[in-house]
Amino acid sequence: MALDDTKKTREFKVVGTRPDRPDGIDKVTGRARFGADMVAPGMLTGRILRSPHAHARIVKIDASKAEALSGVKAVVTRADFGEVPEDVADVLDNCMAGDKALYDGHAVAAVAASSPAVARKALKLIEVEYEVLPHVTDVDATIKPDAPVLHEGRQQETVPEGMSQNVIARSEFGHGDIEAGLKQADRVVERTYRTAATHQGYIEPHACLATMGSDGRADLWVCTQGHYMVRNTCAAILGMEQGQLRVTASEIGGGFGGKTVVFLEPVALMLAKKAGRPVKMVMSRSEVLRATGPTSSTSIDVKIGMTKDGKITAGFAELRYQGGAYPGSPVDMGAMSGFAPYDLENVKTVGWDVVTNRPKAAAYRAPGAPMAAFAIESAIDEAAKGFGLDPLEVRLMNGADEGTRASYGPTYPAIGLKATLEAAKSHPHWSAPLGENQGRGVACGFWFNFGGDTCVSLNITPDGTVTVSEGNPDIGGSRASMTMMAAEELGIPYDQVRTIIADTGSLGQNEVTDGSRVTFAVGLATIKAAEAAKKEMCRRAAMVWGIDEEAVEWEDGAARPAGPNAGKFPPMTLKEIAAIASNTGGPIAGHHEVNAEGAGVSFATHMVDVELDRDTGSTKILRYTVFQDAGKAVHPSYVEGQFQGGAVQGIGWALNEEYIYGEDGILQNAGFLDYRIPVASDLPMIDTVILEIPNPGHPYGVRGVGETSIVPPLAAIANAVSEAAGVRMTQLPMSPPRVLAALQAKAEG
Amino acid sequence: MSQLHVTTRINGDDTEFLCEAEDTLLDVLRDRLGLTGTKEGCGTGDCGACSVAVDGRLVCSCLMLGAEAEGRDIATIEGMATGDQLHPLQQKFIEMAALQCGICTPGILVAAQSLLERNPDPSEEEVRYWLAGNLCRCTGYDKIIRAVMETAADMRRAS
Amino acid sequence: MRYEAPRRLEDAVSLLAGQDGAHVLAGGTDLLVKLRSEMIEPEMIVDIKRIEGMHDIAAEDGGWRIGAAVSGAEMGEHAGLVADWPGVVEAAGLIGSTQIQGRATLAGNLCNASPAADSVPAMVAAQARVRIAGPNGARDMDVIDVPQGPGKTALERGEFIASVWLPARRARASDAYLRFIPRTEMDIAVVGCGISLSLDEEDRVTAARVSLGAVGPKVMLVEDAAQAITGRILDEAALSDLAAACSAAATPIDDKRGTIDFRKHVAGVLARRAAVIAAKRAKGETA
Repeated sequence: MALDDTKKTREFKVVGTRPDRPDGIDKVTGRARFGADMVAPGMLTGRILRSPHAHARIVKIDASKAEALSGVKAVVTRADFGEVPEDVADVLDNCMAGDKALYDGHAVAAVAASSPAVARKALKLIEVEYEVLPHVTDVDATIKPDAPVLHEGRQQETVPEGMSQNVIARSEFGHGDIEAGLKQADRVVERTYRTAATHQGYIEPHACLATMGSDGRADLWVCTQGHYMVRNTCAAILGMEQGQLRVTASEIGGGFGGKTVVFLEPVALMLAKKAGRPVKMVMSRSEVLRATGPTSSTSIDVKIGMTKDGKITAGFAELRYQGGAYPGSPVDMGAMSGFAPYDLENVKTVGWDVVTNRPKAAAYRAPGAPMAAFAIESAIDEAAKGFGLDPLEVRLMNGADEGTRASYGPTYPAIGLKATLEAAKSHPHWSAPLGENQGRGVACGFWFNFGGDTCVSLNITPDGTVTVSEGNPDIGGSRASMTMMAAEELGIPYDQVRTIIADTGSLGQNEVTDGSRVTFAVGLATIKAAEAAKKEMCRRAAMVWGIDEEAVEWEDGAARPAGPNAGKFPPMTLKEIAAIASNTGGPIAGHHEVNAEGAGVSFATHMVDVELDRDTGSTKILRYTVFQDAGKAVHPSYVEGQFQGGAVQGIGWALNEEYIYGEDGILQNAGFLDYRIPVASDLPMIDTVILEIPNPGHPYGVRGVGETSIVPPLAAIANAVSEAAGVRMTQLPMSPPRVLAALQAKAEG
Repeated sequence: MSQLHVTTRINGDDTEFLCEAEDTLLDVLRDRLGLTGTKEGCGTGDCGACSVAVDGRLVCSCLMLGAEAEGRDIATIEGMATGDQLHPLQQKFIEMAALQCGICTPGILVAAQSLLERNPDPSEEEVRYWLAGNLCRCTGYDKIIRAVMETAADMRRAS
Repeated sequence: MRYEAPRRLEDAVSLLAGQDGAHVLAGGTDLLVKLRSEMIEPEMIVDIKRIEGMHDIAAEDGGWRIGAAVSGAEMGEHAGLVADWPGVVEAAGLIGSTQIQGRATLAGNLCNASPAADSVPAMVAAQARVRIAGPNGARDMDVIDVPQGPGKTALERGEFIASVWLPARRARASDAYLRFIPRTEMDIAVVGCGISLSLDEEDRVTAARVSLGAVGPKVMLVEDAAQAITGRILDEAALSDLAAACSAAATPIDDKRGTIDFRKHVAGVLARRAAVIAAKRAKGETA
């Protein structure tokens, strides 16, 4: 990739400002159309029948009574789907159970009916005969040799013999010699940490509207983080050619990773196919919690060796992540990321991917990393405090820098970890006094960031305005960022550019809106598309002036003769070139297609003050500051928003959020009443400090910022609560009963 | 099943609709009247995305039957702006980036408007507690709270 | 399902008496959740909000009669009620969000018969009574006798609660309600405690009623707790005895909201704190 731009110190005109987002008015007036807001003529209501059992063999499904009900236009079960390619077999099985229902809420049948009331009635008429099987939902229990087995024959060769079939894979990362490192330590902290499964908690339930004609052409309107992924997955499951399925992304009401996979979409298409009419499906909140993709619950052993000066001599972690009913928990990400902030001679992590009778885990903002960071950053904190050392100084002493060999393999280019730590150290928050029953915690976090397949098409209209078409749903202001980067590169005002999210028929393949990739990768492609358009505009100007195109340069929104020998011509603005485009060769556009690399890792340090109610175990967040490297903040307000949102999701994870399963394997809290995400009155303002250590892989230095912000809070809060309580908290959530029990246990000695 | 005929006022307009007895006001607004700015996030009154004002009182439209709207005066997000003139809260939310995905935004704006009608000078704590029933998962609430406080200050200066 | 909105009390009673599976709708904040989740499938819903008097808060016998459709928000806006029964008003005000407050009622909270209902311990402490309309005319009942267990009430077919009456507020007396929830808002009480007490001129407790919610199958009046503080100044020893009595009386379960040990302990913590608030109010101090 050409990185020629990064050497220059660039002065930005648009990037770094805070313009109004282009979709703002639609979103404050109720005009924006989200997943459930679309209708089609003749539309039916689709609904799903879900397993009431955690684990059961589906002996027989009799839908004849439902099919006979007036208003029912189609019933779909797994039998309606044929054999599918191996890479989507689990996806289909998760969308519609085959031989077995593998968790409470697993889809077993679906109906399309003329009204919601008829659909509800029809579901009750479908008779499913189950043979209930023993189940397991706990991450440590499922590993035991006598645990009920979900799948036979899925275990990979990396797993030693004799372990439960529920253990799917083992992975290992690191370098050096742990035993030798531990011998050099003055203190070894060794603990087991546990985290509960949490849900992304997006406020918009999954929704889609499917249409399929008898000619096999289909259209899908859907709230998703990646409509190209939806197209490819659904086409594979339905045996269609990708070009025959056009997917349009609605506005998306939050995703955080949870909308990077399909749940309803293949079923809606199949119902639409059978019924010959459009089918709309919208999940209830309880369906979202029971049957979409929460994150893993985990159990993590950590061993840290430290000298009395604070040098970490060895870091070891063994991580067990249950990923729900199918292989593929994010344990590898956890095992790779946990020690990534540190420059260690001896480091090793071992990850175990295990299955349980729970919904299959989907990505959740920096998938896998927050739990590993919770465990490792807690152990480092405990070791540092055991020697009476400043936890920020210890992190600075051991912190990774340019040239550090990362715990997961690569050697870092310029990175921002130490900048965040230095900023934290000099911030007034760090030196502010604490009161009684209060504690302060800090923790670091890391995320890889991704690039991936990306297409952008940039068109110059005849009147000299610009449209940008990109293929990634705007989940939190990315239209604004793309518009800004296009305006910056073309040297024209922000309001002269309009960015749209194109459907799958309009661009080539685009990777999902995930991995904090969009501002980086789509931004990069937007800049490159603008460069292509500029080059063409220079060529047109050269043609008009009768000079070599190499003798024309683009500056401040106009083509200009470059250098003294190019001749003296007044600059031609973008508008002037656009106006005569038809006479100089036709319409002008630029486009760029790339598998973007060089995303640039990102680090953060979080600092939090808490106050404990010692009588009830209740924790109040008093003050919170996020220090994070953004590379270059394109729209600082939305960068701050990502920092704040991630921190608060982390606060929820640390204090109150958890999937609670009963002995019966049934989810006990499938609603926002008892799945307790933070509310406004729980929180203080979330202060932010944006650091800008340019990413050499992006023309403007941009790094992804969306995910890193959820990595440190679990540990930062645990460190603060542990300090306030005088007892080390090793299990999340730190709910009041758990904290009170720890306080009482300590009091009883 | 015979449908109920309901006469009401929505955003200042006399409105009639037919609904089933079990239809919620939210169902009616979204599916029968095409007012999809009011959102369903939970259907159980726990998220506030469906907030509307009924006779000036803030309620969850998912917890009210459509039939109960008879003779009432209902205000939804679609009625918040006056023509192309945004309400100061709407303007401030855009300016201050107080929304990310935007799904909770209509409910939060309706709720915040209801607060400022009653209390033109709310403290941060009052804003936070008033909006506690409006879940937002993107922003961490910081910019929302700031936008409401600043709008209140602007409106006080203007009045 | 039928929807009826009668204008006369008698019509509501005959609709309710004449139809199996008829449910009363006031604020609807519990009813609609059950309806949506298909926990109930009513044949008929009788909306009582258009009946005269249902929205009134009226002085009666020195106390206050509160119509069955009066919302928590309306109670909070009624200065006289707030002055006399701050604990009951704050308990009602804790039910759900601002939006829920716009609709939820005392009568509904009581008839939902959840052991964790916030307003019920406060009403029990206040010795509130309800007026029940029914086929055989009106009858009055103590609030504590209405819930019979989770989801069950003492109401007969055709009956519904038309109003709640809070007695006259005595001199140097007040009340308070506290609950524990994991967040600051929006949760169901893990433990709730209502206390109503009166003081003599030396600040000795002359009478007290202490009630607990969410620590048994229904809201309980804890006589031992009242005895523990009656005749005493609310010093540390008295408060400790009060807390111990409440912890001892609590018979909670382990569930998704809390553990047995936690609930028993916190019952005592809340009682202690609520007593301090109620006493301050009784003395005319701000609390």
